[in-house]
Amino acid sequence: MRKFLLWAPLMIFGLFVGIMIRGLVVPEETQVASKLVGQPVPEFTLPAAVDSHPALSSADLKSGKPVLLNIFASWCLPCITEAPILLELKKRGVEIHAIAIRDKPEDVARFLADHGDPYARIGSDVSSKVQISLGSSGVPESFVIDGKGVVRYQHIGDIRAEHIPEILAAIEAAR
Amino acid sequence: MIAEIGLGLLWLAAGLAVLQAVLGGLSLRLSHRPDLGDAVRPVAVAQGVLGALSFGVLVYLFMVSDMSVKLVAANSHSEKPWLYKFAGSWGNHEGSMLLWVAILALAGSGIALIERRVRRDTLIATLMAQGLIALGFYAFLLFSSNPFERLTPAPPEGLGLNPLLQDPGLAFHPPTLYLGYVGMSVAFSFAVGALLTRDVGPAFARAMRPWVLAAWIFLTLGITAGSYWAYYELGWGGWWFWDPVENASLMPWLASTALLHSVTVLATRDSLRAWTVMLAVVAFSMSMVGTFLVRSGILTSVHAFAVDPERGSFILVLLLLYIGAALTLFALRIGTVREGAQFDPVSREAALVLNNLFLTVILGVVLIGTLYPIVAQALGQQISIGPPYFNPAAGSVALLLVVAMAAGPLLRWRRDGAAAVARRLALPLALGLVVLVAVRMAAPDIGVLPWLGLAAAALAAAGSIAPLWKRNLRRTPLFTWGMVVSHLGVAVALAGMAADTAFMKERLVAVAEGETTEVGPFAVKLIRVEPVIGPNWTALEAQLEARRDGPAFTLKPQARNYSDPPTDTSEAAIATRLDGQLYAVLGKANGDGSWQLRLWWKPWVTLIWLGGGLIALGGLLSLIGRLWRERRLTAGGTEHA
Repeated sequence: MRKFLLWAPLMIFGLFVGIMIRGLVVPEETQVASKLVGQPVPEFTLPAAVDSHPALSSADLKSGKPVLLNIFASWCLPCITEAPILLELKKRGVEIHAIAIRDKPEDVARFLADHGDPYARIGSDVSSKVQISLGSSGVPESFVIDGKGVVRYQHIGDIRAEHIPEILAAIEAAR
Repeated sequence: MIAEIGLGLLWLAAGLAVLQAVLGGLSLRLSHRPDLGDAVRPVAVAQGVLGALSFGVLVYLFMVSDMSVKLVAANSHSEKPWLYKFAGSWGNHEGSMLLWVAILALAGSGIALIERRVRRDTLIATLMAQGLIALGFYAFLLFSSNPFERLTPAPPEGLGLNPLLQDPGLAFHPPTLYLGYVGMSVAFSFAVGALLTRDVGPAFARAMRPWVLAAWIFLTLGITAGSYWAYYELGWGGWWFWDPVENASLMPWLASTALLHSVTVLATRDSLRAWTVMLAVVAFSMSMVGTFLVRSGILTSVHAFAVDPERGSFILVLLLLYIGAALTLFALRIGTVREGAQFDPVSREAALVLNNLFLTVILGVVLIGTLYPIVAQALGQQISIGPPYFNPAAGSVALLLVVAMAAGPLLRWRRDGAAAVARRLALPLALGLVVLVAVRMAAPDIGVLPWLGLAAAALAAAGSIAPLWKRNLRRTPLFTWGMVVSHLGVAVALAGMAADTAFMKERLVAVAEGETTEVGPFAVKLIRVEPVIGPNWTALEAQLEARRDGPAFTLKPQARNYSDPPTDTSEAAIATRLDGQLYAVLGKANGDGSWQLRLWWKPWVTLIWLGGGLIALGGLLSLIGRLWRERRLTAGGTEHA
């Protein structure tokens, strides 16, 4: 009995390690919604990313009607596959603003010429500061923002054809 | 070039750690080659110097804002005040791990240079264990978290430091905790060394004690300071949130408090041998578990460290290797360690065993509560555990612990008479009872825990001073003073916690400029709200005029906006009075000209941190007293020899 007791600490420790390994290996099952959903967008003012479009600031997101804020970059491949979907959304009446991440004006202009231009305003975020303050970790990423500047929906990764109903529903819900 | 030198130093130090472990292991096996063991000490010293130099290089890179180093670019900014550039070197994952290993290596040097009490082979085995621990962390840094990694092209400016962390108190909070964690690693190495050479006895306990004591002082300071930081910086008005990261620092503290007491029993009375070794292993594993929980992101917390499952796995592997090996060694070897001296159920040893038991139960409660969300997730639930579980579960055992703490020092070693003990305890018990009744009469509607807490604090305060009763105070040894001061500190802190919980007044109001509101005994008037500008932030600052009986005084809480990166923080304004603190936080504007204002009157809350300081001060007195006495005894011994 005493012999067995001496091994007990090791067994308890083994159990602990087992639980920890499971905790590390098994990903969280439910996607945790972004902390920013339900919060107002942080204050920011960005210069225009390209001469053809006006600049973007947080005030532009409080126009009274819901908008889609798309975070993209000309150097981002998934953003190219996303471009036709954004054009489709624009055709269906969604107003889309954008933030170009770590980009140059000539590259943005070429991206818009090559892949279409769904955007009303484009801000340039050369150091990703606004992107980080939005709680976005990568490109592309999109937010539905209601007319009062409050984030209502977050979509991580590129918007594909099958996501169009979700985005439209989020826009509707934000009206 | 400088960064590459730092990396080179790190590789060299890792190489020396290998050498230290191999030489140590060989010399234990090959008893005919004592020269191998002779080399272990100088190697350990050199390893410490190189590790410290490597961290020095990182500090230099931060001070000169070398943005071509990825870590500097991600965590610093050339316009930041120098103190925060300096602190930025450890205010991130890689830098803090490098600081940890540098302190660890320096501690190894310290053992190698100073330690003369334990047997030679035990010391070599200890240094071997220390080398192996350091090696794991070097590997972690070099293969998974290189702090000297370059960034090309180098950005013109860095991304700043989390503005929440731009605070002088916090700048020195992590290093304080690390000193504590590393001290636990030394205790662990001593335990492993003593197990390897079957040398578990008073000499080993005396060698280990100053390290445990020093580590415990730093942990106490770290937790006290961290609690105060959370209190005034987060702006939530609380001083303990049972956040996983707070628990991560509390668990090693609980284990080391138990260890501190059992190591004293082993050093003085040669009892509790196996238990002391076990606690040394547990205390270090709690430090590692804490690090693992914080860095792996397995639990979410307000402490935003770079979270990375790969890093988590690495720490888990280290944990598995060290603690698994130590526990296996324990199971194999401890049976061959002779049982120590016996003692009566009524004796100071027995009281200390009781204290250890209570501390271990609290540790178990905190550990289970901290880990439960992970277990629940494995069972398919999402759950978070907070004060409703921790406060009653840990609090009730803590009250028993405090009562035992008051009684323990009044008992004699080995055996004591129950009647004599009752006589010595009569006065503290009577005082506790008086407070119990008085509080009930004066404030019948406060919670049970704070009510009992106030009585226990009174009992413990009287009980902790009692050992000085009828003693010649000038001839009382310094470590006895240390014990008295520490125990008194526990009573003081408990009084603060209970008083704040019982009598705190909170007020959330909307007030317009010129309006007055009340909180507790104070009338608070909002004079105006105006914008102010700081070095790297802008803020809205409210000017409040508060008044009790005497003259009015001003409070200026701010809602700050840092520009880089854009972050909002609220700076609470705190007015300290003798009997408590008035705490004010400025919220949002309501749009109709009024402002949200959050006010707390927290009676006697400062006692919590005063108590924490006293606990640490007692530890320091005890450490000085022990070292001084040993020096005198050693010097005396050589004179007479």
